[in-house]
Formats: sequence, C-alpha cells, structure tokens
Amino acid sequence: MTRQFKEILIKNLFALLAFVAVLVLGLIVVFLFREGLPLFRQISPGRFLFGTAWYPTYDPPEYGIWPLIVGSFTVTFFSCLIAVPLGVLSAVYISEIAPARLKNVLKSVIELLAGLPSVVLGFFGMVVIAPWLQETFDLPTGLNIVNASLMLAIMAIPTITSISEDALYAVPREFKEASYALGATKFETIARVIIPTALSGISTAVILGMARALGETMVVLMAAGGAAAVPESLFDSVRPMTASIAAEMGEAPFRSDHYHALFATGMVLFGITLAFNLIADAISNRFKETGSGTL
Amino acid sequence: MNAAAPSTSLKWRYFRQGLFFGVVRLSAFLITATLLLILAYIFMNGFRAISWDFLTLPPTDAMTRGGIMPAIVGTLYLTVGAIAVALPLGVASAIYLTEYARQGLAIRILRIGVNCLAGVPSVVFGLFGLGLFVVFLKFGSSILAGALTLGILILPTIIGASEEALKAVPQTFREASLALGVSKWRTISRIVLPNALPGILTGSILGIGRAAGETAPIMFTAATFFTAALPRSVFDEVMALPYHIYVLATAGTQIDETRPLQYGTVLVLVALVLGIDLVAILIRSVMRKKKRW
Repeated sequence: MTRQFKEILIKNLFALLAFVAVLVLGLIVVFLFREGLPLFRQISPGRFLFGTAWYPTYDPPEYGIWPLIVGSFTVTFFSCLIAVPLGVLSAVYISEIAPARLKNVLKSVIELLAGLPSVVLGFFGMVVIAPWLQETFDLPTGLNIVNASLMLAIMAIPTITSISEDALYAVPREFKEASYALGATKFETIARVIIPTALSGISTAVILGMARALGETMVVLMAAGGAAAVPESLFDSVRPMTASIAAEMGEAPFRSDHYHALFATGMVLFGITLAFNLIADAISNRFKETGSGTL
Repeated sequence: MNAAAPSTSLKWRYFRQGLFFGVVRLSAFLITATLLLILAYIFMNGFRAISWDFLTLPPTDAMTRGGIMPAIVGTLYLTVGAIAVALPLGVASAIYLTEYARQGLAIRILRIGVNCLAGVPSVVFGLFGLGLFVVFLKFGSSILAGALTLGILILPTIIGASEEALKAVPQTFREASLALGVSKWRTISRIVLPNALPGILTGSILGIGRAAGETAPIMFTAATFFTAALPRSVFDEVMALPYHIYVLATAGTQIDETRPLQYGTVLVLVALVLGIDLVAILIRSVMRKKKRW
C-alpha cells in the first residue's frame, strides 16, 4: 500500500511540474495584461493599433504602433524572401543529396549558426553590412530594412532548415522507391514526391521561421535604424515592435503611459507569434503522417 | 504529356536535375560560407583585443579601456542560475510527458503549451520577467530575476531534448524491468534515466549556450551598464557579455574608439557560446557511436 502511495505521489508530482510550462504561458498573459491594459484607459485600442504616430516622449505623446507593426512585418517578409529558399533548398541538399559525411558537417554548421547570439549578428550588421550598404548605394544610413532583413535571414535559416529537414527525412522510403521504380529521376522524385509529401512540415518550418524573425530583438534593434515611420523604400529605417520595446523600456518611467504602451506592444507581439505557432501546430497535426499507407 | 516533346527527353530531364542539384549545393554552400565568414571576421578583428588583462580586469576610464571580467562573471552567474531553474523542471516535465501521461486532452494542452512557450519572443520573456520577478515579486533588477527569466526561456529546449532522449530508450528496457517486479518509479530512475542521460545532457548544454547569448530577456531584469564590483548576492545587478556588446556598440559616446573592445567582447561571447555548443555536438556524436542498441 505504501509503495503504491509513493508511486501515485511521484506521478502527481511530475504532472504538477509538467504543467509549469502551461502555467508560465498563463502567467505571461496575466503579467503582460496587468502592465499593458492600463494604457487603454488613456487611448482606445483602435488608436493604439492603427495610429500612425509613435511619439511616446512628445507632449502630448502619441502612442500609435502601426509604423512598428509595419516595420516588424516588413523585415520579416524580406528576411523570409531570403531565408525560405536558402533554408528549404539546403534542407533538401542535406536530407536527399549530400553524402553521409558532408551531411553531418552541414548539420553541425546549421546548429552553430543557430547558436550565434543575436547580439553578435546585430553587431555584424552594424559594423560590416551598414558601412558597405551606405557606400555601395550612397545612402544616408546603412541601418535599414535591407540590413536588418539580411541579418534576420541568418537567424531564421537554421529554424527553417532543421524543421524542413526533419519533414523530408520522415517521408517513407517506399514513396521514393516507388517513384524510382517508375523511372523517375532523382530530381523528379524530389520535386514531385518527396517535397509534396513533406509540404506540411515545410510549411510549419516556414511559419516558425517567420515567427522567429518577427520576435527577434537585438538584430532589428541594432541594424534596422530605429525610425518609427511607415517605410517607403527598402533603404528606409524601421523600428519593429521588438526594437521599440527593448530600446525604450529602460527610459520609460515606471508605470507611466509609455511603460504601459510598451507592455501593450508586447501583448500585440505575443498575440501575433502565438497565432503563428498555433497555425504551425495545427498544420503539422492536420497532415501528420500516420504510415506509408496514407498520403 | 506528350512523350515526344523536348521537355521530356532524357537529356533534358538530366539537365534539369543537374541544374537543380547545382542550386541546392549552392544554397548549402552559401549558408556554410556565411557562418565561416562571420566567424573569421570576428576572430580576425577580435583576437588583438584579447589579453590576460582584458579577461581579468574590470572596464576603466569610462569603459574606454580595461577588461570585461565583471561581464564574464555576470554571464556565468546568469547562465548557471538559468540551468538550475530549467533542468529540474524540464526533465520532470519530459518524464511526465513520455513515461506517465496517457494521450488525451491534458497532454494535448500541455504539448501546445510547450510549443507556444518555445515560440514566445525573447523580449516578451523580458517583459514578463520585469512584470513578475522585478516588479510583482520585488526582486528588483537582479541575478535572481534574470536567471529565472532565462531559465523559463530555455525550458522548452530542455523539455524537447529530454523527451527525445527518453523516447529513444527502447520500450523493451522498461518492459524487462517491470516484468521483474520493479516499480514504475524505480524503472524510470534506475533504467530509463541513466540510458537517456547523454541525450538530456546534450540538450541541456545547448540550452546553456542559448542562455549565455541572450540579450533581450536580461535587459530589463538583470543587466547593468557598468559595475566594477562583482555581485555579492543574488539580488545584485550584473554586467553581462551580450548586454555589454550592445551598450558599447550603441550607447557610448566613443563608439569608434571602443571598437577594439567591442570586437574583443564579441569574440569572447562567440567563443563561449559556440564552444558550449561544440561540446554538446561532440558528446552527441560520441554517444551515437557508443550506442549499443
């Protein structure tokens, strides 16, 4: 009886600890709202989200985060324009074409790239890419959308490649063999059989890569330039949501409107990335491979 | 499709294949080249700044000279603290998920929770740490608040890696143990965990690397601009390598003069983080060779 009691106790202890992850997620919501919601006593959510002026330190201040939202999505979009083809094609190479030895080397490369601290990439963007852009294109500043997108792409590639590679690897061997047996070349097998089968996994990879770029802070804080205006060209500076939070939180007086506005921006950011993750989760569950018999 | 059309001739089909292979090789090469280029650039510019004094002295002359010792120590404290929080929680969660839980609604919620936690932007963790640890629990900006924030940040990584490691232990091991009349907990603690240990270790080390390199979560919870003194309690603020880089590169009045210091700090951080990651990669490859099942 005591042994059974002990077993039950241990099981419940583990269950309790396991739900810490969910608890933390809940607490994030609670504390973001606790510090963010008071803003909406001052201005309406509509004016906050779609207001085009972000002048938190002016008198009277303006708290419209539309330029920040546009900034976030702009750099995310352009970074994915680079990262998605490179990441997915590399995954195809690693999973289907590279010889075994090279495969392991490339996997380590991807892992090390994933390990590069974001502040280091931000720094690289500032001291290497920015002067180069400025000179080559004769710009007032090299800290702009192009710079931030390039650096963000480097951050998103490991996510996209490793998840895509898992998805490609999971394609049943029989599919490939059937395709070869019908006389298809390796390329035709990859393009018509392997990639379509792995497409849900690759979509998940792309969405998670986008979420990574959207949530990245240091790179955009250091390399995007920081202008809180809706950009008109690729060489304009932007101030994505993450950069705004990181740059201004230190200066915003405790529990001022500005402080609450930054937490409210965090709420928006949290909501968007949560949606991305839920979509990725739904896609990977909806099309889950259950065996070689199902397609 | 018309078999006689030139688009389906064998020659064309192989040409197309060659083209495609070229493109995928090029993209893999580009990624590798990017990594090597960044590392080489950092090394070439950073190694001149590295000296014994740089590693063992605090910054002096309004941060334009001296070393980065307090930042190294601060990063060490934050990282150790983060892993002390995340490892027990993460391993326990993974044990529950793989060994105890039955498929059902609770597990579904749990898994979505872990996945979503992994996707939360690091700056939002920073806000959360500020709201909960610094403000609500009144820890102030401190090692404790920063380590807890970083610990929660790497929790999903640890859970994921531990789960993989536990799942890789063959089911027959558990069955053999249970068949001998050993209780479930003893089976887990004496059979499953020891076999999963290398995998859990690898994941945890990768988590340590992640925690050491993060900036945004510690900006409002632990990191300070400058302190020559080493922290004396967990309620002290600390300097940290990533934050130090950010501050020197963006906020100083002599950004260009301190460039060598910046490169040196970047090199130390990169060497630290990638060194940690390399250890994890090595452990994994050794363990794969030794695997007996």
